[in-house]
Amino acid sequence: MNMVDDSMRPLEPSTALQERLATALPVSVAACFQCKKCSSGCPLTFAMDLLPDQVIRLALLGLEEQLLGSRTIWVCSSCETCTTRCPNGIDIAGTMDWLKEEALRRGYASQPGVARFHQTFLETVRLGGGRLSEPLLLGLYQLKSGETLKKITSGAIIAELRLGWQLARRGRLVPKLPRRLKGAGEIKEMFAKAKERG
Amino acid sequence: MQVTYYPGCSLEGTAIDYAASIGAVAGLLDLTLTELEDWNCCGATAAHSVSHQLSLALPARNLALAENAGRDVVVPCALCFNRLKAADKALKGPAGEQLGIAYQGDLKIWDLLDYLTQEPLLAALAQKVVRPLTGLRAVSYYGCLVARPPAVTDKPDCENPRNMERLLTVLGAEPLDWSFKTDCCGAGLALPRPDLIDTLVERLYERALQAGAECFVVSCQMCQANLDLPQERISKKFGKDYYLPVLYFTELMGLALGHPDVKKWLRGHLTDPRPLLERKGLI
Repeated sequence: MNMVDDSMRPLEPSTALQERLATALPVSVAACFQCKKCSSGCPLTFAMDLLPDQVIRLALLGLEEQLLGSRTIWVCSSCETCTTRCPNGIDIAGTMDWLKEEALRRGYASQPGVARFHQTFLETVRLGGGRLSEPLLLGLYQLKSGETLKKITSGAIIAELRLGWQLARRGRLVPKLPRRLKGAGEIKEMFAKAKERG
Repeated sequence: MQVTYYPGCSLEGTAIDYAASIGAVAGLLDLTLTELEDWNCCGATAAHSVSHQLSLALPARNLALAENAGRDVVVPCALCFNRLKAADKALKGPAGEQLGIAYQGDLKIWDLLDYLTQEPLLAALAQKVVRPLTGLRAVSYYGCLVARPPAVTDKPDCENPRNMERLLTVLGAEPLDWSFKTDCCGAGLALPRPDLIDTLVERLYERALQAGAECFVVSCQMCQANLDLPQERISKKFGKDYYLPVLYFTELMGLALGHPDVKKWLRGHLTDPRPLLERKGLI
């Protein structure tokens, strides 16, 4: 009889992930000696399911699913405190970025709102021909969030509209037609190339 | 003095008050800001989060344009500064060839606060102060990305920058010491996760008050928006009555140098700084 249940299944480390990370980032995650300085200084640990040092440890062990499905990589605000303080020079915030891009590529979405925000931001730059229109970003993000109805029923939309109005009144949120840049073609090509690679 | 100026997208939008105060202060200091022609978005947090390719390609185009223009580049936005610097470093490596952008890498990229607080400029500034900001108790809030990571920003003092305090002292204000001047406010998450902002920013309000501050002084428009706009919401959520105006360092420069448009810039804020400045007899 097999007495080993799932929780007792032995860990199967793999070096595949750390090798891929090593091609993208200057210092291997294998340099980590677990001082936890990254997690000690991180301002967002209160919202994370994995601490930054655990992200590095799991990357070393190659536990991709746990990493790509984690909340941590998306609630990381890219403040770069961890990268700055790592005594071994590991680019921890850069690792989070790499994992975000990989998570999207492979269909993981633990924080769909955050991912959608980043994607909508870039889409807005593309549509605007190279510069970001903030009113367009707000509008598109609202449409794509799929939460507009929820916000209407909960009343949250009122606070948002009020804020938008306060900004508009001060001339800080004024929809304008995008400026046509001379480099519009170049920029369009950049986005097309990035899509190809993505 | 003449430099190339890369304003970045939000200075054409939500941060037009910052842009206006920068233009005014440059005029008072005989600094000519020549806007980089045909500049594009740097890609910001979005690009480096979800498209490494775009996070280099977008700023790289700006770097190539700026290099052609032949002058130092000055950047008022922390995020743009960081992304331009990151691309500058990356383009000198193998990524440069891969992107196929002609860039030699001889460009000097400044963040605006650093540029304006060079010693000779501070000395000249001291001569021009007509209304010292006496009695204004402020904490300097630098935020993250002008400082970190030093491998990108070339700032050895990234854990404890002091140049905004030096500037405030020259302007006659009272800069206060506190430990949170480079702690993150989470601005990049303000739209998708405002709940996280509430926690991060409430902590900054509390620490600033503990230090005895009456206002924040910032050099990043994302920090400005993120500390200024949700103040009412955060007050409600935590049952407090926060009143901490969030001023750009350039607004205070304009005020101390006697620029006539100061009140116009201040009207752009949601947490109105005018009652504080009136109480101090400064406007």
